[in-house]
Amino acid sequence: MSDTRIQVPVVAEKGRIGTWLSMLWADKLAFLAALFLLIALLCAILGPWLMGDIATKQNLRGRNAPPFDLSRGWAYVLGADALGRPLLARIVVAARVTLLVAASAVAASAIVGCVLGLIAGYSRKRAAQWIMRLGDVIMSFPSLLLAVIVLYMLEPSVANIVLVLAITRIPVYLRTTRAEVLEVRERMFVSAAKVMGASDSRIIFRHILPVVLPTLVTIATLDFAFVMLAESSLSFLGIGIQPPEISWGLMVAQGRQYLTTAWWLSFWPGLAIILTTLSLNLLSNWMRIALDPAQRWRLEMKGRKND
Amino acid sequence: MGKFIGKRALASGISLVGLVILVFFLSRLTGDPTDLYLPLDASVEAREQFREMHGFNDPLIVQFGRYVSDLAQGNFGESIRQARPAMEVVLQAFGWTLQLAVITMSLVTVAAIIVGSLAAFNVGGVFDRIATFFSLVGASAPDFWIAIVGIVLFAVHWHVLPTSGTGTVWHWVLPVAVLFIRPFGLILQVVRGSMITVLSSAYIKTARAKGVRTRPIIFVHALRNAMLPVITVIGDQAAAILNGAVVVETIFGFPGIGKLMIDSILLRDFPVVLAAIMVSALAIFLMNLLIDLAYAMLDPRIRY
Amino acid sequence: MTDHLLEVRDLSVEFHTAAGTVRAVQNVSWHLDRGETLAILGESGSGKSVSALAVMNLIDMPPGRITSGTILLNGRDMLTMTPEERRQINGATIAMIFQDPLAHLNPVYTVGWQIAEMMTTHGQPGDRARARALELLGRVGIPDPDAAMKKYPHEFSGGQRQRLMIAMALACKPDILIADEPTTALDVTVQAQVLALLEELQQETGMGLLLITHDLGVVAEIADRVVVMNAGEIVETGNAAEVYHNPQHPYTRKLIDAAPGKGQMPKERDRSGQPLLQAQKLQKHYGAFHALKGVDLTIMPGETVAVVGESGSGKSTLARAILRLDDPDGGRILYKGSDLMAMPPRDLFRLRRDLQMVFQDPTQSLNPRMTVFKLISEAWEIHPDILPKAQWKDRVAELLVKVGLTPEMAKRYPHQFSGGQRQRIAIARALAMEPKLIVCDEAVSALDVSIQAQVIQLLDGLRREFGLSYLFIAHDLPVVRDFADRVIVMKSGRIVEEGTVRQIFEDPVQPYTRALLAASLDPDPQVQAARRHAREELEQRIPA
Repeated sequence: MSDTRIQVPVVAEKGRIGTWLSMLWADKLAFLAALFLLIALLCAILGPWLMGDIATKQNLRGRNAPPFDLSRGWAYVLGADALGRPLLARIVVAARVTLLVAASAVAASAIVGCVLGLIAGYSRKRAAQWIMRLGDVIMSFPSLLLAVIVLYMLEPSVANIVLVLAITRIPVYLRTTRAEVLEVRERMFVSAAKVMGASDSRIIFRHILPVVLPTLVTIATLDFAFVMLAESSLSFLGIGIQPPEISWGLMVAQGRQYLTTAWWLSFWPGLAIILTTLSLNLLSNWMRIALDPAQRWRLEMKGRKND
Repeated sequence: MGKFIGKRALASGISLVGLVILVFFLSRLTGDPTDLYLPLDASVEAREQFREMHGFNDPLIVQFGRYVSDLAQGNFGESIRQARPAMEVVLQAFGWTLQLAVITMSLVTVAAIIVGSLAAFNVGGVFDRIATFFSLVGASAPDFWIAIVGIVLFAVHWHVLPTSGTGTVWHWVLPVAVLFIRPFGLILQVVRGSMITVLSSAYIKTARAKGVRTRPIIFVHALRNAMLPVITVIGDQAAAILNGAVVVETIFGFPGIGKLMIDSILLRDFPVVLAAIMVSALAIFLMNLLIDLAYAMLDPRIRY
Repeated sequence: MTDHLLEVRDLSVEFHTAAGTVRAVQNVSWHLDRGETLAILGESGSGKSVSALAVMNLIDMPPGRITSGTILLNGRDMLTMTPEERRQINGATIAMIFQDPLAHLNPVYTVGWQIAEMMTTHGQPGDRARARALELLGRVGIPDPDAAMKKYPHEFSGGQRQRLMIAMALACKPDILIADEPTTALDVTVQAQVLALLEELQQETGMGLLLITHDLGVVAEIADRVVVMNAGEIVETGNAAEVYHNPQHPYTRKLIDAAPGKGQMPKERDRSGQPLLQAQKLQKHYGAFHALKGVDLTIMPGETVAVVGESGSGKSTLARAILRLDDPDGGRILYKGSDLMAMPPRDLFRLRRDLQMVFQDPTQSLNPRMTVFKLISEAWEIHPDILPKAQWKDRVAELLVKVGLTPEMAKRYPHQFSGGQRQRIAIARALAMEPKLIVCDEAVSALDVSIQAQVIQLLDGLRREFGLSYLFIAHDLPVVRDFADRVIVMKSGRIVEEGTVRQIFEDPVQPYTRALLAASLDPDPQVQAARRHAREELEQRIPA
């Protein structure tokens, strides 16, 4: 009897991961998207360590080498840039800065925005009013423009880029969290918790946050794509990531002057951006269903059929 | 309504004042533009005269005070680069961007609404799947990359379209097409999602019980309700083009406000930067007001 | 054999769902003639609406599929008609009104436009349609029809909205009107008015009326014949009075037995000693709205006090104020003699254990992201002194059994249960606190009649087992009759009348209490006919 009791949670734990995987498998596009993002993540973590040397080795004889030519080795399969550096290796290495900037900006804006949104939604005090005004003020800034000005004035560095992008994205989380909290706060299970004598922090963290969180995760995934595009735009304009550091957006910009002769310089890093953002979009769509207990069965049913 | 507009105006006003102060002081800290405008071999006297003319010799706070008092008289200063009133330069560029935004957003709105509604009417059908996939790809694509690919294909490779300028209708094709893709993808998804929700609502059942034909059900009964969340996104995207088409304008050499702003920042043409910021802030403010107005027009339950 | 106006023969419909294929209705047959009222009676999930939806071509296919049967309109099979023919029948020959008229009216168009659209859709010119819409608004009793034409649905009250739906449905003078739970969300007095309007209009136009309902009282009030459905099949059909007095099928018998308002009224109790809870001169404002205008109330230990009133009477505000979910603006609440309003938070926290609540809609009062185990054991997380953690599992199992569920359900989430089961979970959660008083805010009004009876039975058993007191908020008088010791009638934030169940039901003093009693529907068609007679007399004596 006691044995089975101990085993139950273990089985349930395994079962949970299994369920998630089978729900992912049920949506083939989302599965591919997750797979691609996993690869991109591995590139970001291991890339510079594995390919850092190849990616920076200049080889003037291989300038603008065309793609699909394996005679120089696998690293040159996508061609080489104006200094003869292999594009594939550079894209793999550039994944780190690209994803790091986006991830930091999203994490920072999501955490700050979510906390402010919880306060603004739950408390009825003056503070809530001020937080919303602050959000309005940030929203009425032209965001990309603000980024351009501030970065130009402040020297473009990774930290500054993250800071600017994070600030401009805070209102997204602030507003969503507040709107959801305002709605969830009035639901009867919150009243039920109050009747039981639950404290404010218990109500916020045990009852409201878990209901709001899936929406935020879904938005953050979508926003990750947005922030990535914004960073690459800034890098493309020359006020984002600065050489010798590389990001995908910067690589597109660097290839621009060779457009007429060597299209691949800009094409491949752009494709990397598109595939990543597309994957994030697909995954976000999948999450919207998978994280909603009332809709999850759609994926669970399909997953079971495919087993 | 008046109170509501006042509240909005206050938020925009505060952010504008903040932004102007921030940019004014930050920009002066980045250095003296004199070297950028005068030839390297300009004499010391000439440089001094240039500084005197533009008031760079006074303490920052005095420069700011002068700027504010000029503003109060409706004088936005003079462009250092073009030796014309800054506001004139900005308004001219803004006119171009406005045209670009209006054309693009009209096309996007019409196309996204039609395609999105039809996709939502037959969820899971072939048309829906194709539309959904392409809208996702469109929403994921960086505009500078599409612009580059477009230039390579249509201008470099096939020589069918010009790459920069505003001379003929053909000059507008690529910028509009590039600007079209992302908002189209985003708005299409919102239209589709919103339409699916609305089509399963109770009043659509009533309309069917009344014997209303399919087309009026979609485009009269459902669409007006489905437009509410869509309007917000349309507004955001229009605002983004109005002041953020920097990348596309730069690539296609389009003389809009985004390109003007970037060039002016790079050349430290402060009066133009400040005037441009004020114009775009005002544009966003009016844009948001328009969106709120559209909301109230579409939904009688909303009153400000 | 002459054709019926509308006849459904051997209709079977199935739906493809996540849980597999569900047979919504099987071999259902009924018919409707001109000038008669047929009621389809059934609880939720009985498939009572499905055949009507099939008539209106409102079943989405897929996931729905009509597997067999015919639907004959004046002898012609509707299922073989083209979609265009079906469309032309909808609204013109057969019209339909629904439950929850606010959701069923398009929120962004004026009601004048929506009523006129019914006619323009079926080929009438716009100006004639608008003129007739105006006329119809007056006919269904909407005040100031000219102004009403330009108003939007949200600007009307619930009863008026159903009148608007009726006006729209009758615009093209249909031969048949299908009414799907037309009065379910309405107050009893409004329900009586809407049903009377339907009957009047039927006599005027001679249309056939198909009424879909879960309420035996509605059947008794208005139906000529009744079809009783259970689990997708017709179990009984016949004359409404005959079916009530001489039910053949066990399910019909069960349904009739479950109808509230027939049991023994409780004996009077001794009310001396210290009250468990006292409210004195409670006041509550919401902005300019004065929701509670000085309400007094006393609950003795072990006593059940019912608060009855229509929407807007302040009865729910009273419940929330007593539990300090919404703090009252004035007055005192004494629990065993100590003032809840003046109490320091620490003491109030301890008192929370004694005062629990069961809400109307268990779907909303249970956190959808918590398992049943977590839902119930949260009580002990908040008040760790009730139970040591080692015993939680056993105690949850015990409580689930107590409310009629099984221990292995503890691992499931709320959405995996039916409405009645969810309310049982909510009751188990309240019991976990070992309370002295449970406030039930419309706790059974969202449930089916037979489930309602079971939940009341459960509450009654718990009352005896634990000596609980209840404050029972309800809009439905018959439910209160069997269960409460005392009744308080509220209207517009004030107590109108208070007394024992016997006093209120057998000898009401106030006209409002009498009107409420007269408007509530009795499941017995004969009793109901007598009551209607009494109501009409009452109306003649005191004009509204």
